[in-house]
Amino acid sequence: MCLSIPSKVVSIDREKVTAVVDTMGVKREVGIDFIEHEVKLGDYVLIHIGFAMNIIGEEEALASIETYREILELMSEEERQRAITESESCNGG
Amino acid sequence: MRKLQLKELYERFRDPATIKALAKLIEKEARSLEEPLNIMEVCGGHTHTIMKYGLKQLLPDSIRFVHGPGCPVCIMPKERIDHAYILSKEEGVILATLGDMIKVPGSRGSLQKARREGADIRFVYSPLDVLKIARENPDKKVIFFAIGFETTTPMSAALLEHAIKEGLENLLLHVNHVTVPEVMQELIDSRDEHIDSYNNKIDAFIGPSHVSVIAGAKIYRRFPQRYGRPVVVSGFEPVDVMEGVLMLVRQFVEGRCELEIQYRRSVTMEGNTSAQKMIDRYFCKRELFKWRGLGNIPHSALRLRDEYARYDAERVYADILPLEEIEDHKLCICGDILRGMAEPTECMVFGTACKPSNPLGSCMVSSEGACAAYYKYGDLIGG
Ligand code: SF4
Repeated sequence: MCLSIPSKVVSIDREKVTAVVDTMGVKREVGIDFIEHEVKLGDYVLIHIGFAMNIIGEEEALASIETYREILELMSEEERQRAITESESCNGG
Repeated sequence: MRKLQLKELYERFRDPATIKALAKLIEKEARSLEEPLNIMEVCGGHTHTIMKYGLKQLLPDSIRFVHGPGCPVCIMPKERIDHAYILSKEEGVILATLGDMIKVPGSRGSLQKARREGADIRFVYSPLDVLKIARENPDKKVIFFAIGFETTTPMSAALLEHAIKEGLENLLLHVNHVTVPEVMQELIDSRDEHIDSYNNKIDAFIGPSHVSVIAGAKIYRRFPQRYGRPVVVSGFEPVDVMEGVLMLVRQFVEGRCELEIQYRRSVTMEGNTSAQKMIDRYFCKRELFKWRGLGNIPHSALRLRDEYARYDAERVYADILPLEEIEDHKLCICGDILRGMAEPTECMVFGTACKPSNPLGSCMVSSEGACAAYYKYGDLIGG
């Protein structure tokens, strides 16, 4: 199913229409085509199959990140990366 | 294993006490219903939630779920899976796709089989990964086998936009994007014709939140207005689904017929207009699209606009892609299941000849398929 953990925007490349986001310590590049005009550094966004889909409030983001932290902290970097990506995997249904 | 652990995290959003409290409220309100209420959850993700948390069992007998066709893998006809299979076997082609697609058998076998036979098939989490594959393999053609409802369509469009901007000439799309309202409409139309011969009917719909994050809740307006079927756009957590059911029951009790949003956190009437524009820029409606088990449905799918024909694998490779229709396995009743006319347990080979490890039909392949959900959470069924 297509759920996702809030990610923080750490850099923006307006020309490439991408941003680097930090999802609980895991950094990756995502598309910002759909929130191009609104997104700012430091925003929390929800990622859907590699694209930032919406910006969410900081308070809400931090609360839901807290829920994930405990277990993710027990994982190695590689496992964490996989778990985070898998949590967003989607068939489009 | 890790995936399971991460899933356990979500349990906290799935508070049993809240679910029970909602079930009680529904029960109370449902006493005023004059007739049983048949609610179709359109999306396979909802079917999964309903089965996994045994929501069916928590509800009174007067509330029935009818499982809908919203599983993009389940509705992919064999001939299109064959297209993917054939393309993957072409000299110099890398085929990339999302999700469970790789396991679904076409008439020649699954993509998994093609891969064992030497085809270069990549499973990606994001269409953006395809961009990277295309960059790294300039001497190959990289074909993205694009699947999904409105949830994944804008990302396929964005993939093409990024590729064009970068000047990547070796990236193509095989487009299988389908749309939710058209198939809902088809289900209502086809039912109204034979309404008496079916056990089930659809009185109301639960629409998937992720589709409306993009397309807006507005795509369902016609259902309450023209067809007398209320729609509630709902999230995927069990609490969301239960609240969606409660909202529908209240509508019936109060004699309303409306479009409502349960998942107000990220769904609006309008949706994400940038994403909608992106879809429009690159895609247009197909006249007809064949859905597995449901047949041809007008305007229910998208294709690339003519301006982008050179990126369209269906057109570029037209001479090797057969168009003949292929029948499904004789015993498979996926079609009836996708129409909400039968339950997986009514299939003669359910759980015996057909299992997730050896699926005869597509509903057993995807984790969003009704048969797979019934198989996995079967011990909850009954009662
Ligand atoms: S159990 Fe298998 S064969 Fe039967 S309807 Fe489901 S997918 Fe088709």
